[in-house]
Amino acid sequence: MNLLEINHMKKSFGDLEVIRDFSLSVREGEVVSIIGPSGSGKSTILRCATLLEQMDDGDLIYMGEYAAKSVNGKSVYMGKGVLKKIRSYFGLVFQNFNLFPHYNVLKNIMDAPVTVGKVPKEEAKERALKLLDQLGLSEKGQAYPYQLSGGQQQRVSIARALALQPKILFFDEPTSALDPELTGEVLRVIKELAAQKMTMIIVTHEMQFAKELSDRIIFMENGVVVQEGTPDEVFHSENERIREFIGKIEAVY
Amino acid sequence: MDVITMLKQLAEGMIVTGQIFFLTLLFSLPLGLIIAFGRMSKNGLIRTVSKIYISIMRGTPLMLQLIVVYFAPYYVFGVRFGSGYRMVAVILGFVLNYAAYFAEIYRAGIQAIPVGQHEAAQVLGFSKGQTFFRIILPQVIKRILPPVTNEVITLVKDTSLAFVLTVAEMFTLAKQIAAAQTTVIPLMVAGLFYYIFNLLVAFVMELIEKKLGYYR
Repeated sequence: MNLLEINHMKKSFGDLEVIRDFSLSVREGEVVSIIGPSGSGKSTILRCATLLEQMDDGDLIYMGEYAAKSVNGKSVYMGKGVLKKIRSYFGLVFQNFNLFPHYNVLKNIMDAPVTVGKVPKEEAKERALKLLDQLGLSEKGQAYPYQLSGGQQQRVSIARALALQPKILFFDEPTSALDPELTGEVLRVIKELAAQKMTMIIVTHEMQFAKELSDRIIFMENGVVVQEGTPDEVFHSENERIREFIGKIEAVY
Repeated sequence: MDVITMLKQLAEGMIVTGQIFFLTLLFSLPLGLIIAFGRMSKNGLIRTVSKIYISIMRGTPLMLQLIVVYFAPYYVFGVRFGSGYRMVAVILGFVLNYAAYFAEIYRAGIQAIPVGQHEAAQVLGFSKGQTFFRIILPQVIKRILPPVTNEVITLVKDTSLAFVLTVAEMFTLAKQIAAAQTTVIPLMVAGLFYYIFNLLVAFVMELIEKKLGYYR
């Protein structure tokens, strides 16, 4: 069964068609990267998939359960209760972390499981400490976000998402706000997650990283998929535009 | 009249002043939050009504508002209350007025919180209420402390406006004694009282600011 299925997603902001027709199926344990130039609609796909934005048309299905269904050319979203359940299936890691500044690291990680997931406090704490240990942050439980480097903050936000034990984890340019040195530590964590067979969808500009890690890469431009395939297929694409884009990016790094 | 007697009389006024001050804060701080929500409502009617309310409360003298609150029940509805209504009218007038100012301070604070905080909470599964009270409001309070301190200090001095409804707060008494005894001493004492009161207010607000200074 597919963990996630998106069928014919369409999304416009006013007159601007951001996503024209996007479909995607993700199986358990798969890592899918979405690459492409700015403004190609990559982030909008993640925002629609994580219910931060509502698509205009298309189906959104998690674990066989509809979050939204296309009816007569329009997406119809399910009720609050269904969406709440569906939110528990995924986690999202933001480009600029969005940690809660008034909570320390431990509370940032524990708060959602305790308040939303009704996990007993002791258990949530145990889980949080384990995650911190896993991500190399065991010393930082009592620290506040402003006391951490960007890389540490991003790792905490990954821990925060993992604490809810999602089936699938989305990353929205997780290293774009970080300098190259800090980028490495975050990418390492994501690689470890991939090794543990975490299902992930990653929007990124880190080509080398996408190439190494992904089972599949989707190249997008102007709201449509230009090519979808294995890293090998995409990186050796015949498509002029893709070659140009990948060449430019690799020249920068 | 000796100084002790004078101080005793003024002290009674100080208690009334303190009552006006605390009761106003007690009711106007939560009411302000409700008005701020109205001002930011998706419903156009609620938004417009809140806007007009704030505009009137900020745009007309508080003294006039106190008079209106006091006389409206009789002139508009034909209801007559006992003399106890004077104090009620003072509190009501102050609360209605200060809530409007607090509403705008809350609004500024709420809108200054990055949208990412709402989004992170939403993705983690927090309800709207949980998001506001657990994530947003604590950060809003930290940000709005300086402008709130301004308002609270103004309120200490504004309490003297209660004299229009002949509520015997401190400044009313000080003026009466000064006139009767032809001396400015009660007025000087009054000035000192307001100053010390506000030193205390500033001190307490600074404590709260320090307490919330554990994060940035």
